[in-house]
Amino acid sequence: MSKPGEYYQRDRAWHPPALDPSYKTSVARSPRLALISLQNSASEITGPVFGHNDIDPIDNDLLKNYAQAGEGPIGERIILHGRVLDQNSKPVANTLVEIWQANAGGRYRHKKDTYLAPVDPNFGGCGRTMTDENGYYYFRTVKPGAYPWRNFINSWRPAHIHLSIFGSGFAQRLITQCYFEGDPLIPKCPIVQSISDPTAVQQLTARIDMNATIPLDSIAYRFDIVLRGRRATLFENRLEGD
Amino acid sequence: MSQELDYLNETPSQTAGPFVHIGLAPGAAGFDIYKQELGWDIAGPNAKGERIRVEGQVIDGTGSPVKDVLIEAWQANTDGVYAHPEHPGEVETGFRGWGRVITDFVTGEWGFDTVKPGCVAGRSGSVMAPHINLWIVARGINVGLNTRLYFSDEADANAVDPVINLIEWENRRQTIIATRGERDGAVVYRFDIRLQGENETVFFDI
Ligand SMILES: [Fe+3]
Repeated sequence: MSKPGEYYQRDRAWHPPALDPSYKTSVARSPRLALISLQNSASEITGPVFGHNDIDPIDNDLLKNYAQAGEGPIGERIILHGRVLDQNSKPVANTLVEIWQANAGGRYRHKKDTYLAPVDPNFGGCGRTMTDENGYYYFRTVKPGAYPWRNFINSWRPAHIHLSIFGSGFAQRLITQCYFEGDPLIPKCPIVQSISDPTAVQQLTARIDMNATIPLDSIAYRFDIVLRGRRATLFENRLEGD
Repeated sequence: MSQELDYLNETPSQTAGPFVHIGLAPGAAGFDIYKQELGWDIAGPNAKGERIRVEGQVIDGTGSPVKDVLIEAWQANTDGVYAHPEHPGEVETGFRGWGRVITDFVTGEWGFDTVKPGCVAGRSGSVMAPHINLWIVARGINVGLNTRLYFSDEADANAVDPVINLIEWENRRQTIIATRGERDGAVVYRFDIRLQGENETVFFDI
């Protein structure tokens, strides 16, 4: 065993397929030819490195990072927290986690969002943080509302928070969404249901975490994230030399 | 019964959705929140090498430009070194080699300024031609798409590039080669990405 090498092959059957006709936008935006499989080179094993001077400490507090002094957003106060691990259960330390979400009414602060629910003057809806040495991250925010979208006539997204995670190599780059335990809209959502394995959907569903809940303040949800794992650089699969 | 392997499953991907800008480029969503947004300066002020601009559109299966896409770029410096602790060599102070690129909401045009990367050491002693790694996310894209941008003026290096040569259909290789041109004395490469249909861009499972 020496320094780690290539990333484990991505299990494409665990992820949603590029084309899922029930998620209508995917129809014209999905490649139809097979992906070309590429053994990792330096271009995939390396990736951008971020430091604490890239962000501000308040960036992970969505209750405060856009609120006027002395005010705060409307909605159910929550903590979203967890660990970023790789497939070997090893913590992914010092990696950038970014989130974005609708406000408690289901409205995004985005010039292209036209939903009739109001924008919250004290809520931006984005945050970012770096994991600590144990891969741990947390955000304070409000629970987002469900919102309607144009897919079928009556399609509603379950409450969700979008997450972007880097890892250490560009091959680990991931964007996903976290849902909330018990939401009846989860099994009705075409975007969620593009994932075929129900266990994989559970992996995207944050669990209520009473132990991390702050009494008389905020409810906590736990959401652990798993990025691709890496091989040890053994003789047989070394990058250099044959 | 056999023993169970205890590898965890990778967290499943989900689409970035139409409002990805809120999280990754809030200025484009229409508000100002962070001291600094990340990824706007790929090469930094001290980078050596040729300054270039890259422009294009992402085009869907109907032939229309995709206007809500976000692209991330990852590249080596002019010496072929990635700004990463596992890559041997040094980069210029301020060179990160990573950028975020968004499309114009009206035209679907995107563009970024950087320096042209150098050749990078590949697997098994091979040499990869200069290239920029791209990752494309948008509403309707369930798992981010990986491709590479190569340069039309690097014909000799491209001809022996181990990744280009993995593409057995020679007519598809040109889908990942940006065309060099010039505008107002500056070097501009054109790189249109076709998600589907005629001349579908080559995407990689990395
Ligand atoms: Fe959303």
